[in-house]
Amino acid sequence: MALNSQQIKSDQDAACQAISAAQSLNELKQIKIDFIGDKSPLAKANQLLGSLDPSERAEFGKIIGLAKAIVNEAFASKNRELEKNRDLQVLQTEKVDVTLPTKRTLTGGLHPLTLLTNEICDLFLGLGYQVAEGPELEAEWLNFDALNIPQDHPARTMQDTFFVEPLDAKLVLRTHTSPVQIRTMLNEKPPIYVICPGKVYRADELDATHTPVFHQVEGLVIDENITMADLKGTLDHFAKSIFGADVITRLRPSYFPFTEPSAEVDFYFNGRWIEWGGCGMVNEKVLIACGIDPKKYSGFAFGMGLERTLMVKHGITDMHDIVEGDIRFSQSFGLGKQ
Amino acid sequence: MKIPLSWLKDFVAVPNKLSNAEIAAAFVKVGFEVEEIQEQGSGLTGPLKVGKVVSIEELAEHKKPIRYVGLDLAEGKTRYVICGARNFKVNDLVVVALPGALLPGNFAIAARETYGKISDGMICSAKELAISDDSAGIIVLPAGKIGADAIALLEINDVIFDIAVNPDRGYAMSVRGLARELAGSLKVKFSDPALAINSKKFDVMKSSKAVGVKIEDKNGADSIYIRTLDNVDVKRATPIWMQRRIEKCGMRSISLAVDITNYVMLELGQPLHAFDADVLHGGLRVAGAGKYQKITTLDKVDRKLSGDELLICDDSGPQALAGTMGGLNSEVSSATKKIALEAAHFYPNRVAKNSRIHGLSSEASRRIERGTDPALTAIASARASQLLVELAGAKFIGTTIAGTVIKKKSIKIASAKITKLIGYTYTSKQIKDALSAIGCKVVGSGPNLSITAPSWRPDLNTTADICEEIARLNDYALIPSTLPTGKGGAFLNPLQKRKRAVAQMLASQGLTEVINYPFTNQEMVDLLGFSGDRAKSFRIANPMSEDFPLLRTHLIPGLLTTLQRNLSRGAKNVAIFEIGSVFRNTAVLPKAVMPDLNKKPVAKLIEQIYAGVPKQMLFVGGALTGESVKSGWQGKGLTITWQDAVAKAVEIIELSGNTYEVISTELAPWHPGRCAELKVAGKAVAHAGELHPRVCAELNLPERTCVFAVILSELPFVKHNHQSKIWNFPAVVQDVALVVDEKITAAAVEKALHDGAGDLLESIELFDRYDQIGGGKISLAFTLTFRSPDQTLTADEVAKYRDNAIAEAGKKCGAQLR
Repeated sequence: MALNSQQIKSDQDAACQAISAAQSLNELKQIKIDFIGDKSPLAKANQLLGSLDPSERAEFGKIIGLAKAIVNEAFASKNRELEKNRDLQVLQTEKVDVTLPTKRTLTGGLHPLTLLTNEICDLFLGLGYQVAEGPELEAEWLNFDALNIPQDHPARTMQDTFFVEPLDAKLVLRTHTSPVQIRTMLNEKPPIYVICPGKVYRADELDATHTPVFHQVEGLVIDENITMADLKGTLDHFAKSIFGADVITRLRPSYFPFTEPSAEVDFYFNGRWIEWGGCGMVNEKVLIACGIDPKKYSGFAFGMGLERTLMVKHGITDMHDIVEGDIRFSQSFGLGKQ
Repeated sequence: MKIPLSWLKDFVAVPNKLSNAEIAAAFVKVGFEVEEIQEQGSGLTGPLKVGKVVSIEELAEHKKPIRYVGLDLAEGKTRYVICGARNFKVNDLVVVALPGALLPGNFAIAARETYGKISDGMICSAKELAISDDSAGIIVLPAGKIGADAIALLEINDVIFDIAVNPDRGYAMSVRGLARELAGSLKVKFSDPALAINSKKFDVMKSSKAVGVKIEDKNGADSIYIRTLDNVDVKRATPIWMQRRIEKCGMRSISLAVDITNYVMLELGQPLHAFDADVLHGGLRVAGAGKYQKITTLDKVDRKLSGDELLICDDSGPQALAGTMGGLNSEVSSATKKIALEAAHFYPNRVAKNSRIHGLSSEASRRIERGTDPALTAIASARASQLLVELAGAKFIGTTIAGTVIKKKSIKIASAKITKLIGYTYTSKQIKDALSAIGCKVVGSGPNLSITAPSWRPDLNTTADICEEIARLNDYALIPSTLPTGKGGAFLNPLQKRKRAVAQMLASQGLTEVINYPFTNQEMVDLLGFSGDRAKSFRIANPMSEDFPLLRTHLIPGLLTTLQRNLSRGAKNVAIFEIGSVFRNTAVLPKAVMPDLNKKPVAKLIEQIYAGVPKQMLFVGGALTGESVKSGWQGKGLTITWQDAVAKAVEIIELSGNTYEVISTELAPWHPGRCAELKVAGKAVAHAGELHPRVCAELNLPERTCVFAVILSELPFVKHNHQSKIWNFPAVVQDVALVVDEKITAAAVEKALHDGAGDLLESIELFDRYDQIGGGKISLAFTLTFRSPDQTLTADEVAKYRDNAIAEAGKKCGAQLR
């Protein structure tokens, strides 16, 4: 049987046509046997090459090689296509409803007072303040006397104090975190930059805006050349960081035994002035009682209630929600704003 | 204090164009918070007239007695109205709202039929006119022209400012003081009412019948005036203008003599007391309570004296709790003829002590404890004497005086110091104007000033005090804004970092943070079965309520209460935690030291102060109930068990970088067979497991509620020994199954395997526990993973290590290979 280039071309075309028409991988498998396998026309033609003249052998070798390459490529391409289709179909059958509820573990959350405390501490850490803490059950001397609040002074009754037995141990539940300031001044030398967050106690009945146990953050700076302008600037920065860049503050003259001059700080938020806290320049008497030379150093202190800050910042209307521990409350704050 | 604008205007040239809000803002600017602005007479329109009662017909047939009253209003005929009040009689002058009038609260008056009569108007009470809270009866006027406009007569249209006065500003608890502040703030003229009084006129003796005085307790007062007046007609009515001013200031009109002392106190700020001189024996003395046992005060309370009080006494004993409240015995009564009028400059601390000892705060004590003007003793007593003469027909007898008024020293101040403290450079005019406005005398100009504070400002003593006055009267808004920063290297301390990390971890794992009140009670302590240190609580001397008088010794009481609350509000799965201090009354507390304040206490004293404060450990605790993985469309979830509680404690300790040992223990309030104790360096730092079933039942908590507690402050701070290089040679894994006695804990076996396995053991994990072997034995199966830093381990080597581990477990725990 002689080789015929026409015939080879026609075998090639037939193969390509069959491959192209294949609908499934099984069909393609049969086509491979029929058109590429050992018994296929092209394979048979190839087997005949050995019987040809060397001159013809080269020529037909080329023709057949080319035809086989074309057919193989068509096959490979079709095979990829059909495999892809098959995979797609299989994956389609594995389709699930990914909108089904998937979270089965409990939702946790930090108390917003913790989040706010952290936010404030981070702000002041950035300004070079250390975070100072101290005991809640505190020596009366540190809570009052050292702060220039003498026994029998009306300022002592300004804060409804919880006294703790035995009375001659003179212990109180601290009425402010100021004793932490005193401890800091007794223990360290200026310059002092500290922020003192913590739990404080005053005998107020729990209602929508009061609680006998609440939280404060106080700041204390003792350094050379500290002025009331520094106090004002620090409070401005603090208010803007917590309530927004367009918030403004004002100082109103006031009285605290441990500061002179003293002021109340208000901030303007949502169209009204809101009382925020007390502040002032540290009273000389306090510096002296803590061994700090008032001729060399001056300082300022400020303090505000965190519950109130939180209520204003987040529009919380009832103190009960802050103190009752209903998990829905803390969970709504999650792990804090992102 | 409450203060009417009309009275302020007597002494301050308040510009007419100012609104009430602007006047309030002027007070606020200089440091006087305005708590309320009350516009008296707003909502009230006439006709409101003075009427004379001409007839009273009692209508007895109704549920309550009703009067049908005939009134003369100079209308040419009698007007009849129905009235339910009974505190008036024929010929009394009353206030009548005529038809067409509108009373506060949108109460329109019209002629109407009631109780079978036509009521052609209404006789008014003070409350109905919103001029005082007095609703006891209708107003009976002491004087007035029939038919006259009662709105004008009662000076109803006025503005009352309720002003909060800080404790350092006693002088401002008066019209005089607040008028000065308002004038200073508005920069307008102020006329000092004290200067209008000539006290010298009364500093004479017209008769030997004047009551004498001396100061026995020199630490009680530095000066006292007693002015004696006779022929006082106490039955005369207080003039309407005086009565109304007293009412507008929030006090009550009582009787003419008392009203005069109160009026002068309100006007000038000096408390006065009038004694019935006829009941006094001998002269008056300022004296300590000493031997005296008791006093009955004006409020008819018998008060046992502690010995520390300051009193006014006569020869027979205490006649007044000085500066606080008069005695009942020498009270001015309707029979009083002769009055001894006292004005003293008591020391504030003594009056504050009187007030504190007896829980008695009066108008007088509130002023004196804040500091009164010593120069006013003469002036105020003269003013009151003058009023007694003018209004009560009194005859002045004479004055006795003890002590002297101490003059204020001047303060030298460098103006550079003002700039240094405030951060703003004031001009000399700004400084002088401010200081003059508050009554200071300023000598000198330029860099050095000599300032003498006025007698009424005992609070002005230092440069800082003067700086505050200058800054406040020039408005704090002038002060610029600068931001100082500390030196670098500020960071959270290890405990603060630990607190944050633990909270973050627990919240991320589905626990919700709560912050409970640290109060509890003995019932809860007993119910939870706390004993030893955990039962030693501190008692609050003055708790909010006797229900919770103790400070917590543990976080569990609060956590369980909050757990209950959440469950009662419908929550099913609750996992909460708290980080907080506990208070244990375990050490004998030394007697408190109270060092002087004029210098820093020596180191030993400071140590003593600190030692007097009990240690307060920081805990983290949690309570868990329900499911940790919720049941759902996938099927059943995971119920919270003792393991979850133990896992939390373990994770917290692992987070701290400490290694620990777990043992099984019995400790209330945990289930005796389901409580893990975690030890670090041999010390118990945590407990976790299931709550005792009895506790669950008594607190109505779900069965098998779990709790954990870790003492954060007792966990050592360790350097985290992180790996500096990760080893990459292949790991070789060996499983061993051991049979041990069922009393042996898994942790003990694991520790023994760990100890025996050698240095190349990378990890050890329990993967099976089988308790159906019988004979009191259980099987525990562990996976041991070995890895070498520098070579691939051979099977022979690893088998050796494994055998060593098994041998150790055999030795320590009696374990046998299964």
